[in-house]
Amino acid sequence: MRLFLPLVVTFVCGIVMILHFFIPHRPISTIGDGLTDWYMIVASAAIFLGAANLVQVHVHRINTKARNWQYSPVVLIGFLAMMAAGLVWGVEESLPFDYMFQTMVVPMGATMFSLLAFFVASAAFRAFRASNWRATLLLASAFIVMLGRVPIGGMIWKQIPVISEWMMQVPNMAGQRAVMIGAALGVVATSLRMIFGIERSYLGGAD
Amino acid sequence: MKAFLPALLLVLMAATASGGGFVLTTEASDVPDDDGGRIGLVWTVSPDPAVPDSIVVERMAPGGEWEHVGSVAPIDGRYTDSELENGTVYSYRLVPWLQGEPGEPGPVVSASPEVRWLHSGRIGMLVITVVLCVIILLYIEAGKRGKDLFVRRIAGLNAVEDAVGRATEMGRPVMYVPGIMDMDDIQTIASMVILGRVARKAAEYGSSLLVPTCRSVVMSVSQEVVKEAYLQTGRPDAFRREDITYLTDDQFGYAAGVDGMMVRQRPAAIFLLGTFYAESLILAETGKSVGAIQIAGTAMVSQIPFFIAACDYTLIGEELYAASAYLSREPKLLGSLKGQDAAKLVIMIMIVIGVIGATAGYWWEPAGRVAEFLRFLTHVE
Amino acid sequence: MRKILEKLDRVDRRVIYLLMALSVFVPLSLRLSYPIPVGEGPSRDLFDAIEAMPSGSVVLVSYDYDPSTMPELQPMAVALTQHMFTRGHRIIAMALWPQGASLSQEAMTAVGDSLGKAQYDDWVNLGYTVGAGVSIVRMGSSIRAVFPQDRDGFPYDSIPLLTRVQSLRDIDLVISLSAGDPGIHAWVMMAGDRFGLPVGGGCTAVSAPEFYTYLGTGQMLGLLGGLKGAADYETMVREGRENAPAGLATPGMAAQSIAHLVIMAFIIIGNISYLVIHKRRKGAPK
Repeated sequence: MRLFLPLVVTFVCGIVMILHFFIPHRPISTIGDGLTDWYMIVASAAIFLGAANLVQVHVHRINTKARNWQYSPVVLIGFLAMMAAGLVWGVEESLPFDYMFQTMVVPMGATMFSLLAFFVASAAFRAFRASNWRATLLLASAFIVMLGRVPIGGMIWKQIPVISEWMMQVPNMAGQRAVMIGAALGVVATSLRMIFGIERSYLGGAD
Repeated sequence: MKAFLPALLLVLMAATASGGGFVLTTEASDVPDDDGGRIGLVWTVSPDPAVPDSIVVERMAPGGEWEHVGSVAPIDGRYTDSELENGTVYSYRLVPWLQGEPGEPGPVVSASPEVRWLHSGRIGMLVITVVLCVIILLYIEAGKRGKDLFVRRIAGLNAVEDAVGRATEMGRPVMYVPGIMDMDDIQTIASMVILGRVARKAAEYGSSLLVPTCRSVVMSVSQEVVKEAYLQTGRPDAFRREDITYLTDDQFGYAAGVDGMMVRQRPAAIFLLGTFYAESLILAETGKSVGAIQIAGTAMVSQIPFFIAACDYTLIGEELYAASAYLSREPKLLGSLKGQDAAKLVIMIMIVIGVIGATAGYWWEPAGRVAEFLRFLTHVE
Repeated sequence: MRKILEKLDRVDRRVIYLLMALSVFVPLSLRLSYPIPVGEGPSRDLFDAIEAMPSGSVVLVSYDYDPSTMPELQPMAVALTQHMFTRGHRIIAMALWPQGASLSQEAMTAVGDSLGKAQYDDWVNLGYTVGAGVSIVRMGSSIRAVFPQDRDGFPYDSIPLLTRVQSLRDIDLVISLSAGDPGIHAWVMMAGDRFGLPVGGGCTAVSAPEFYTYLGTGQMLGLLGGLKGAADYETMVREGRENAPAGLATPGMAAQSIAHLVIMAFIIIGNISYLVIHKRRKGAPK
């Protein structure tokens, strides 16, 4: 029963949503719309599940004095401060929630994203080696695209941005499409396996 | 002179309208490919002598009088009337209003709402869907009947056992990162399948397994998958629910959290399997800096190069979806994998025929018609 | 020489990080600026598509990003909003990412106020919705079902701009500013392919290559890729407007130019040392 019910729900919902794409007639249309509404409700409820787990895990860490427990109060204080500010004063501009969002969340998020520049430089230095003719070809393409994406490329030679755009629109697109078609078929096969109950290991059951 | 007369006529008509500009044209038609009950109205309004403040849509009631249906800005140019009875003819007229005064009503137009059983713009896609499903289901059936199906070697999946074994030898944990998407993403589901296998190996070898998640539902599913794996291995006591945690829904907040865990706990094996975006290299580079063996896999094309640069093994695109069948060797799953390949062959043949047909179509019309037919099949509205 | 190259090959990654930081910091401090010529390409295609739409068209802009990718995507949002408002279009903003709702409010209020555009008549911010692709499918039959009220709690039915907008079919163009998923993929597959809506987009530079497939098939009208795309758009919006203030992205292009050159220098040094060391090892006795 523990596996049977989720498999039935998956099968029924999967078939209804496939039919919903092709058949605009009632009752398929209304059932399909109803299922999407239910999905949004369940997805909204899942936010509380995450918040509850976050609090539970970090309270447990503090109680048991687990390794690096000192970080847990920081998480809990941040979580409670943002939640309280939003609940008490609302989320409109110039209020405490918005202030914390603009002055703390925004710069911290941007800082994390900017780390990418350093990691790209480090990975490029280590991994981008002209070890054979294919890697050399890749290296040359990368140089042209990198120069073509910044104004200095056009200042070096006017044709660099043009060649760069061609590389993006022709060889890059061909490669992307090949992987995309393969992956899309993988999605179709995996979806069918799930709808027909052949794939069930994602439910925690035996595969 | 020919152009002047209609213009003069328009000015005279405008002058007779008290409510500002007037409605030049109105069209009513059934909203196509819906579940019925809707009629769409499209109109154009003359800006002379003045643009009306609003357009009032009126529908003729059964008694013959006009009833107000809706009021919209003239700039909108269209309105959809809904909750109508299918097959009944409805008549409409539009009345422009300016400064509280109604103008001359526009022409009366009629239409009847229709209901469709099959979406006319998706018939080709229906054919393709049926063909692909039949091919995959036939191969699944062949697999069930015990047909020997060959699957090529996938190095990244073969290395799973070695990676977990290495972590055990070093006395350090195994970390599994299932991507940043929710359970409605097929890559996350594929990742859960591999997580079950990794958890079973970790349970067998007695390694601790850390699973930081970006979505709460993924956390719940991960906990169930890992718990089941520990149960099946006969080590339910070793399962630690608190090692499978939710960090945050925020993309880079999650990356920061996982990086912190990597640096503090120094896992010896890291699995990055699922949907990743710009955080992929941040995670993979940090993993490399702590000296972990890394196995990554994603169908996100733009992130694959980063994983190849920073990880020891990378599952590319569909290899991620093949993991379940490859690792379990279950005939039904292997059959679906072969079916997927056969479907790919069908698509490749269609692409080749389409390209040849479209090219040869310039000189030989029948070839062009073949390409047109394929275009119809793949077109979706 | 060989020893130097061997040392370079084993260079501490923190040295690379330091040089990288300087390559960004110095041009920004010196306020270096380069002209940005905008040729044919996906940025201009999006600009032309918006330019060609009749005044009063309704554009849905989905803010599918959060503060971390704001430096690349917020300049696009501002430039697009400026362009659409000056063309007389009306904007419905929404977000598939929770924090996108606040970022959209910031962009809409700033640009709307500067150009004298009224909330609810010229623009509205519907806020955030969960469900990603599923929500888009539902919006195909009813936007009201997904957003019964706007971000500030104003009922959908009482917003003048939304009077004629019942479903996605009543929208003239969708633009997704996307840092990941849900984002452009979801909008192309659900709104574009399923409901026939024209879709344009903006994304981080890292993700841009994967969306070229949609540009090639016509599933997307145009695309702004990273800071370069944002700077291109700012340049096009400013064309013919002498006194227009510089955008948020344009000043960053000089820093990006130098950073790219530095990365290329790293790659060249890495390859020289690799070739020299590799050659030596090949010649070494076994």
